[in-house]
Amino acid sequence: MISLAQMAMAAGFVLILIGFYGALTQRNLLRMIVAFSLANTGVHIVLVAVGHMRGRTAPILDAAVPVADALTRVIDPVPQALVLTAIVIGLGVTALMLAYALKLHARKHTLDIAKMTELKW
Amino acid sequence: MNSMSPLILGLSVLLCVTLIGAALVAIRATRLPIAILAAGLVSLIASILFLVLAAPDVAMTEAAIGSGLTTFLFFFVLARVRGAEKDGDELAGDELAGVKHDGVGK
Amino acid sequence: MIKRAIALLLTLAVGALFASLLVGYVPDSELNHTARYYAERTAEDIGAANIVTAIIVTYRGLDTLGEVTVLFISAAIVGLVLAQGRVLNNAPNNAPRQTRAPVSELLSTGSRVLTPLILLLGVYVFVNGHLTPGGGFQGGAIVASGMLLLLLADPLKQFSHRLIAVLESLSGLLFVGIGVLGVLLAGGFLDNRLLPIGTLGELFSAGVIPVIYSLIGLKVGAEFSSMLASLSETNHTENSEET
Repeated sequence: MISLAQMAMAAGFVLILIGFYGALTQRNLLRMIVAFSLANTGVHIVLVAVGHMRGRTAPILDAAVPVADALTRVIDPVPQALVLTAIVIGLGVTALMLAYALKLHARKHTLDIAKMTELKW
Repeated sequence: MNSMSPLILGLSVLLCVTLIGAALVAIRATRLPIAILAAGLVSLIASILFLVLAAPDVAMTEAAIGSGLTTFLFFFVLARVRGAEKDGDELAGDELAGVKHDGVGK
Repeated sequence: MIKRAIALLLTLAVGALFASLLVGYVPDSELNHTARYYAERTAEDIGAANIVTAIIVTYRGLDTLGEVTVLFISAAIVGLVLAQGRVLNNAPNNAPRQTRAPVSELLSTGSRVLTPLILLLGVYVFVNGHLTPGGGFQGGAIVASGMLLLLLADPLKQFSHRLIAVLESLSGLLFVGIGVLGVLLAGGFLDNRLLPIGTLGELFSAGVIPVIYSLIGLKVGAEFSSMLASLSETNHTENSEET
């Protein structure tokens, strides 16, 4: 039987592929950035799904998860810490891409990637 | 929570299907604001999925940053790009022409 | 059309790679070594109820310092890229911006009522980061959403960039300073045992973690606010003559 983690992982992979295809085929810069952020979300889902284990709960010690039981009751906290970092950096990268897109539009009056031909040969 | 209950299973199937559907809308939509909102929806559904996957920290981060701030960054840029198009420049494509007639909030 | 076909082929190839990964994936049934260490030792060594927070702030504190630095650099570059031309715009009057319709009373009053509550929620989230889900990054994002509400309600509003800069650099300096104090007084850089660890699950526990996470929250909130402010203040129509 398929587990929750595998299902989420499959959805994450499909999301990465959708973002990849979108970034390759779109011509509008803003749409390419949207596609990148979709792929970003897909990567986060895959990483979190890797850390998930069936029948266990979140890595927070409280009344429901006493310290003595932590080893058998909590899931892997490391991928979660990793993804937390990745989400925050992801926003930084997206803001950077958007700022450059805005600057390009100010110079060329277009967002069409096919019309930016300075580096084309 | 030892064996996965059918409720959780059904919920996560629903979430995954909606996630992929919203991602397809974000790629295929003819109008840019719709695409941006669909990308925000993908983040929001992903944050519910993180909650189901027992990662509440990640779920909070994704909801606040991925679906909140990122969407507004896109809209700020979109508004600036639209403002510049009144100069009579040629547009970047049909999608931006569509944007011009409908409000951003649509 | 041939480009589209190539893109589709590439996507399918990557998809085949992913499919082989997915088919071969076997979920762990036990925690691996690293995770086992964190699960066993966090309560004793760190005293934080939230293991993810313990990893981010103490076990991997140096990474978090690097992450905050990366975020600072990206906020600085966004400001730099968009500020070119704004200097020119300030000299002539910014007439086009003032022709917008005035903000409605309902909107401005509502935003003034809601913003302190949002800020309070943000502070709550990052002060309780070691006990409940949440922490500096989430709280900082919530604080920035409060700023976003102000910005949406009144697009002409000018944030004090000086205040944001002071807040940002002060919290960054204090963060590094606490880290260096850890070298001098406790076990190493960013060691949390500067303050007593206390009992698990109380607000004043986990040593210096709540202080560090609050500083991270302020810093991240200031950085996100400055990104939003510089993106929203760019007046695009005026600096587009330089084709």
